[in-house]
Amino acid sequence: MEMALEKGMCSMKISVDNGIADEGKDNSNNIFSVLIVDDCSVIRTIHKMFMTNLGMEVQVANDGKEAIELHRSGASFELILMDMEMPIMNGPEATRELRATGVNSPIIGITSCTSEPAIRVFMEAGLNDCVEKPLTIEKISHFLPPIKTNTKDDN
Amino acid sequence: MDVLSHLRRQAIEYTASLHREGFVDDQFTQLQKLQDDSSPGFVFEVVTLFFEDCEKLINNMRRALQVQTVDYKQVDSHVHQLKGSSSSIGAARIKNTCVTFRDCCEAQSFEGCARCLDRVTEECRLLNNKLQILQSLEQQIVAAGGSVPVLQ
Repeated sequence: MEMALEKGMCSMKISVDNGIADEGKDNSNNIFSVLIVDDCSVIRTIHKMFMTNLGMEVQVANDGKEAIELHRSGASFELILMDMEMPIMNGPEATRELRATGVNSPIIGITSCTSEPAIRVFMEAGLNDCVEKPLTIEKISHFLPPIKTNTKDDN
Repeated sequence: MDVLSHLRRQAIEYTASLHREGFVDDQFTQLQKLQDDSSPGFVFEVVTLFFEDCEKLINNMRRALQVQTVDYKQVDSHVHQLKGSSSSIGAARIKNTCVTFRDCCEAQSFEGCARCLDRVTEECRLLNNKLQILQSLEQQIVAAGGSVPVLQ
C-alpha cells in the first residue's frame, strides 16, 4: 500500500511491506492487523489513525475484558497495543490471561505511568515491551513490518 | 500576497506561536501530519474528544477534592488519565500541570491539589480557545481552496 503525504515542498511516499521477514514466507498479500486496547477514546482515536496511516488493519477494545473476548471469538492480531490502567480489566491482567490462553502476538504496553515497580509488573505479565505515552512510530518500529520510503523534492 | 497565501501564513505563524508559548509540542505536529484528504477532520475530531474528556476528568477531580476525607489515589487516577490524553495530543502545558498535580496527590497536599486543579482548568480553557482560533483559520483556508499547512 502506498500513501502520498505532502510535507511542504517535499512529498513522501510510504510503502508498507506487509510481509513478516522473519517468517521466511511470502505474506505480501496479508494485512498486518493491530489491536488497540485503551479505555480513553482520545488515545484509541489517535493510535488507530497512526496504525491506519501505515496501512494496517485496526480493531479497538475499550478495556482488557473486551480484548480477551475478541480473542475468544476467534480474532487474532499481529500486534497488540495494551494500555496499563483500565477499568473492568487492566493491562497486566489482560496480558496475563492472553498469554495463558496461548496468544503469542507481540504485546506492547503503552502507559503514562512512570512507576518502575508498576511497569515491572506489567512486563512480567507477558509484554514484549513497554513504552511511555505519547506513542510514536519510532517507539514501536521494531514490531512493525518494514516500511519502505521514497522521497522526492518537488522544487 | 493573495488571500490564500495570507491565510496560510497566518496559520503557520499562529501554530508556531502555540509551540513557542509551550501550549503544544511535537506530538501535536505529528497529529497534524496524520490529517489528509481522506481524514480532513481528524485533528478537530481528536481535539473535540480531548476537551470533552478534560471537562469530565476535571469535574471528577473537583468532586473528589470536595469530600471531607479526600481520597488522593482517586484524584491521582483522574489526573493520570488526563496526563495520558494530554501527552498524546501534544497539549504540553496541560501535561506538565498534570505532572505537578500528581506530585501534590502523592504528597497528599490539599492546597497543592486545589492550586493545580485551578491551573489545569485554566490551561484547558486557554488551549481550547487557541485551538478554536487555529481551526477557524484552517476552515478559511479550506474554504478558499487551499490545504491546511503543517509546521515543519
